Amino acid sequence: MQSRELILSIRGLDISFQTSAGDVHAIRGVDLDLYKGETVAIVGESGSGKSVSMKAVMGILDKNSKVNSGSILFTYQEHGVSKTVDILKMDRRSIRHTINGQHIAMVFQDPMTSLDPTMTVGNQIIEGMLLHEGIRKKDAWERAISLLSVVGIPDPEKRMKNYPHQLSGGMRQRVVIAIALACDPDVLICDEPTTALDVTIQAKILELIKSVQETLKISVIYITHDLGVVAKVADYVNVMYAGNIVERGLINEVFYDPRHPYTWGLLSAMPDLDTNDDRLYAIPGSPPNLMHERQGDAFAPRNIYALNIDDRLMPPMFKITDTHSAATWLLHENAPKVQMPEELRARIERMKKEAGK
Amino acid sequence: MSAPLLKVDNLKQYFRINRHFTVKAVDGVSFEIFPGETYGLVGESGSGKSTIGRSVIRLYDPTQGKITFDGLDVSGKMDSEAEKHLRIGMQMIFQDPMACLNPRKKVSDIIAQGMDIHHLYANLKERNEKISEILEQVGLAPEHATRYPHQFSGGQRQRVGIARALIMRPKLIIADECISALDVSIQAQVVNLMKDIQQRTGCAYLFIAHDLSMVKYISDRIGVLHMGHLVETGTKQEIFQNPMHPYTQSLLSAIPHPNPVVEKSRKAMNYDYREYGVDYTLGTEHLVDGTHRVLATDDEFERWKKQAQANAEYGGIQV
Repeated sequence: MQSRELILSIRGLDISFQTSAGDVHAIRGVDLDLYKGETVAIVGESGSGKSVSMKAVMGILDKNSKVNSGSILFTYQEHGVSKTVDILKMDRRSIRHTINGQHIAMVFQDPMTSLDPTMTVGNQIIEGMLLHEGIRKKDAWERAISLLSVVGIPDPEKRMKNYPHQLSGGMRQRVVIAIALACDPDVLICDEPTTALDVTIQAKILELIKSVQETLKISVIYITHDLGVVAKVADYVNVMYAGNIVERGLINEVFYDPRHPYTWGLLSAMPDLDTNDDRLYAIPGSPPNLMHERQGDAFAPRNIYALNIDDRLMPPMFKITDTHSAATWLLHENAPKVQMPEELRARIERMKKEAGK
Repeated sequence: MSAPLLKVDNLKQYFRINRHFTVKAVDGVSFEIFPGETYGLVGESGSGKSTIGRSVIRLYDPTQGKITFDGLDVSGKMDSEAEKHLRIGMQMIFQDPMACLNPRKKVSDIIAQGMDIHHLYANLKERNEKISEILEQVGLAPEHATRYPHQFSGGQRQRVGIARALIMRPKLIIADECISALDVSIQAQVVNLMKDIQQRTGCAYLFIAHDLSMVKYISDRIGVLHMGHLVETGTKQEIFQNPMHPYTQSLLSAIPHPNPVVEKSRKAMNYDYREYGVDYTLGTEHLVDGTHRVLATDDEFERWKKQAQANAEYGGIQV
């Protein structure tokens, strides 16, 4: 394995939001590493804090947020010199001028709300280039046309003069990706890039992001709640629950050898096309309200495998292999030996067989 | 087999934009739903699936075609008896559970509104009893009746939407993308709840969705819709094991599998009806076997049939 270049390193990120009803403790100590050219996925339900932690990386947290502790170290090349900065210590203005767009770019969920309806597609793409790189408008226009063909839009010259409402949902999301790629970023953050799109278009957009990543050699962070999407794109998976990462590992480790009960639940809840059972597994209960502090493991009330200790103490990350770890007391050496549900095991066996074919 | 509960015959729903342009959202769709079964309607956005649901329940006035519900004609101008029968016997669950509940009403009033209109209770005591009973049926507590919609989570709100439909004891519930806005783990809860209710009350569902994988869990029969035409219909097994129409195949191939090794190398099938040279207006319904029908011209039908046979020998769809 060649040496990997660490680009982004989040350590102990802890964020809360101040609301009129009290403090919402949304992120409770998140660690994450991103290496050059690799893809990391963050999976979790809505409200688990996956979007908030990435907004912190972009420096676009809401006004009522408070960063309690942690660091986000970002390494980038400037004029051939490698520089490392802590994004949390920078002010908004300088993040905006040096990081956003040029080094870290983001693709948002809904392409209709992230595009400006009063500007042509072309102007929106060159906006960032003119601002950050100071090149001539004509050159920027040329580059925008080539970008549009990279993201697979037919007739790019004509489309440059279109307005967002003249394009279909899939085309709009392609434009958003083109805008994100305009300034050659090192990191692309995709916040549920396909949730608002159809299944058929979803597959195309994911394939597009993948091929763009290979040609431009950028790193990608995916935020999603769909494990099918994760399986298609990611190298590493982080499963998030209630502001914590509960399981992390290489994609094959998490999918073929999941250890955390929440990951078991998520995998079982995915509809399976190969079986004929007519009931779907559902994780009981609903995600916790982060406004109330709870002692111990946040997942315990929904966990049928919960131990006594789960109510008192938060489980630490137990290491399974060098790359794979999970935060559950079930992995402690004194814990009872609990196996994953039988249906899930059968399904994983079938998946392994299919993969070996 | 008993008589169909809902029979839609050659339904057309056009929207006139201006003198020169009319959107043909639904263009000649026919299908039947039998009592106690679930019919899944799948297609991409803009294919007309929601329009069908809304035309059937008469939120739109159909341009052409005949809709028979429980033996009564509910297309065209309805007499008061047919109207009353339709408004009680057919209910709808909407996509966005926040947008479809009145934020200024208590849950009890939202749920009971239909009963209030149709005078379906004798006194206040009976009304409250019915509300608590229905709340328990959908997995909420009777205390929840005095709360407002914003005090619930997304999954709970969708349960309120289901309770509102259920309290009228309908024979048919139209579920328009009712799980698309929910999280994966909550989706499973709602789908299971809907199945339980069906077993208990014997109601039929018209389940509208764009995601074939969830439709597979709940539907008995499936109709695939594209550009306002029903391109393929049949039982769940027929559609999943032997998809004939290239559009159905592309929908199936687009579902991501939670299997990283396989999924990494898999490419979704691309379907463009212009590339394939398919003109939906020329096609007629061809019977494949059983209840499995596909919209095609004679020529296309022969070609697809050969291909489907080749695929079956190869073992599944070639992607």
